[in-house]
Amino acid sequence: MRRIPIIVTAALFVLVSFSGGSAAETPRTGGTLVWGRGGDSVTLDLAQATDGESIKAGIQVLENLVIFGKDSMNVEPQLAESWSVSEDGLTWTFKLRKGVKFHDGYPFNARAVYDSFARVIFKEHPYHGYGQWKYVSLSLAPVKDIRVIDDYTIALVTEKPYAPLLNNLALWLCPIVSPRAMAEYKDKIGMHPVGTGPFKFKSWVKDDQIVLERNPDYWGEKARVDRIVLKAIPEPSARLMALQSGTVDIADDLDPDSIALVRKNPKLAVIERPSINVGYLAFNTQKPRFQDPRVRVALSHAIDKETIIRSIFAGLAIPAKNPFPPSIWSYNDKIAPYEYNPQKARKLLEEAKFDFNSEIELWAMPVSRAYMPEPVKTAELIQSYFAAVGVKAKIVRHEWGAYLSKTQNGEHDLCMLGWLGGNADPDNFLYGLLSADTAKPPAANVAFWKNAEFTELCLKAQKTFNKAERTQLYLRAQEIFHAEAPWIPIAHSTIVRCYSKKLHEVPLRPNGLNSFPMVWKEK
Amino acid sequence: MPFGYLGKRLLHLVFVLLGVSLIVFLMLRLIPGDPARLLLGEFASAEDLARLRAQMGLERPLPVQYGLYLGRLLQGDLGRSLRNGAPVAAEIGQRLTATIELAVAAMAIAAFLGIAAGVVSAVRPYSLFDTLAMLLALVGVSMPVFWLGLMLMYLLAVRFPVLPLMGRIGMGNEPEALTGLMLVDTLLDGGPEAFLEALEHLVLPAFTLATVPMAVIARITRSSMLEVLQQDYVRTARAKGLDESVVILRHALRNALLPIVTVLGLNLGLLLSGAVLTETIFSWPGLGRYVVDSLMARDYAAVQGCILVFAVIMAVINLVVDLAYAALDPRIRFHA
Repeated sequence: MRRIPIIVTAALFVLVSFSGGSAAETPRTGGTLVWGRGGDSVTLDLAQATDGESIKAGIQVLENLVIFGKDSMNVEPQLAESWSVSEDGLTWTFKLRKGVKFHDGYPFNARAVYDSFARVIFKEHPYHGYGQWKYVSLSLAPVKDIRVIDDYTIALVTEKPYAPLLNNLALWLCPIVSPRAMAEYKDKIGMHPVGTGPFKFKSWVKDDQIVLERNPDYWGEKARVDRIVLKAIPEPSARLMALQSGTVDIADDLDPDSIALVRKNPKLAVIERPSINVGYLAFNTQKPRFQDPRVRVALSHAIDKETIIRSIFAGLAIPAKNPFPPSIWSYNDKIAPYEYNPQKARKLLEEAKFDFNSEIELWAMPVSRAYMPEPVKTAELIQSYFAAVGVKAKIVRHEWGAYLSKTQNGEHDLCMLGWLGGNADPDNFLYGLLSADTAKPPAANVAFWKNAEFTELCLKAQKTFNKAERTQLYLRAQEIFHAEAPWIPIAHSTIVRCYSKKLHEVPLRPNGLNSFPMVWKEK
Repeated sequence: MPFGYLGKRLLHLVFVLLGVSLIVFLMLRLIPGDPARLLLGEFASAEDLARLRAQMGLERPLPVQYGLYLGRLLQGDLGRSLRNGAPVAAEIGQRLTATIELAVAAMAIAAFLGIAAGVVSAVRPYSLFDTLAMLLALVGVSMPVFWLGLMLMYLLAVRFPVLPLMGRIGMGNEPEALTGLMLVDTLLDGGPEAFLEALEHLVLPAFTLATVPMAVIARITRSSMLEVLQQDYVRTARAKGLDESVVILRHALRNALLPIVTVLGLNLGLLLSGAVLTETIFSWPGLGRYVVDSLMARDYAAVQGCILVFAVIMAVINLVVDLAYAALDPRIRFHA
């Protein structure tokens, strides 16, 4: 009899501590959320944005037809209420939400969707010249025609069936912007974003702060805080001090030592999620010595990913075995990773008659990324692992632009790279980075691995609109990837949000990009 | 007034700026790194990259690019940022005022304290004050600004919070940006309380930025004053029975000022163009951070614009210093 209350209490405790300590409190409206981040935004017209700081601010103001869940990467309706795909898989029809107004009072309708998308993809559109549409291939490139059916129905027509389109539309790159604002601000729309979101743009002092205010006419549940101030605090130690002293409520991109301090502070909270990225080491499979899959499997056994994660990622990552992380659907968890086993590695290499006398080139990235925080140190560790199995490796470095161009042209033996799958669709990783179609220079498939069955599965999945069927195709594709080992997937980093416990209902999407309408702040 | 001289100097400036524009243009393109590539990173497709390069005008031959740039420059147009397409002149303007405010405040602190310490040290050489002041000056010159800034911030804004942590003014109290100088804008639009708040925000970054020039000025003032105090006319002034403070401030200091003014000018120029570290630590939205960010992204137009502005600032400061020589020492004359 006494056990039940203990279990209930324990469950309640877990619940309460998970939600930041005060799930029982009633949400309060009002106050200012101050958000300390590493840099300023570049543009708030998200169709032109390529950097995280722009996206963080922009998604509070602008909305899409569809959007990822607040704590997951599952696609949900936003400005579109529902959608359907024609039988031939070419026409996507969206039913739009009625009664929504942009922040400038202009009504949201199919025309607004048309202008927002057409300006990006159609050269003849009057607003096309007002921007640099930098990532079209990640967003609207598959769309060949846009048809306004009526005021609240719009159809997007693709050249060939392309199932990942829905996830593309949920990306920051496809915001719906007020047509009146686009006409008024022209090429300065990035400084004056006008959307339908829970917050309205108020002011921007470059390199200092962006101020957003609650949109009182928001179509959904109204935002709880009165305003959000996004402060650019470039120095990480200053950002930590700002969080500790209560100057800011959220501090982004703290280093691992600072995160440890935040964890110890009773006034501060940390939430973590697996990200949607992968850091990997790609074999150039066109080079004779890496053509034999046994060599690639052998070297996969030579690397101790756990140690890399402990020493380089400070524990803020999980070891990778597949090309994409478990936060993305159709992840094949049945695959057994290549365990760290130098003896086995050496034996396999000998069986494959690997030439131990010649040196291989290990290319190290010159820049730090979440998926590869210290590339040179990582390369040095890998170099020592290879040495332990008798493989001599020389670390090669190039300037970032040159590094990308040269690896895309296949000049490397082995190179370090990574990927952030923005649209959270397996296609983004599998077809984009590993298919035969993307193995032509300048190649995104820097392993230059051309497997007919794998590519066929990816192409079939692009044309398959049933998610369960697509999942089966991707599960099989991951098995082939594992057996052939064109990469050694190293890690998926963890995404972290550090904030004051005065804040409640702080969400964290695996890509780290959330809008904050439901966040509330204690007095 | 030496108008002919002034005209000649301004004409020189035009040629200097032309030279600077060409050198910076070429140097930026010599360093490795393609702006389109850096902007799009590892996630760009070949088509996206090619389209962006064409939009940025990077496909054209270099002489054509320079010609177009120069043509716009002569019309007063610094071009558009490669990162966000905004006019570079506006981007610089917003940040330049923040930098000017910080640099001038730092220079005022450095000049006042530096000259005062130098004069007292020279008047009482080898005294305890002199030894301490010069030791402090040595520490000041060798102190990493980065470390000092973070320590001051931790001590005075976090541990014992007497001063604000960062920024130019408290959130929500921003005055309308009439001049871009927060102290002036708060006086015009905010009232005395806002002015005091802006002043409080300025103290830590300005003091941090002032340490190195303050130390240099103190040492130069001391050695220059020591030399002047040995001169015959100082003895004569004292023999006339003048008050010691008049001897030191009016007779000795004025003559000792020439090297100090040179150092002041030089340091002001450096502060205006190189306060990157201080701006970064205190989240000060100035030009130093902008130029470094632009350089990292190979934003050619932005870097070119900033360097031109720095060149103009340096040239104007040099001119003012030269003119100040004549005001300080009537023996100096200018020839057109």
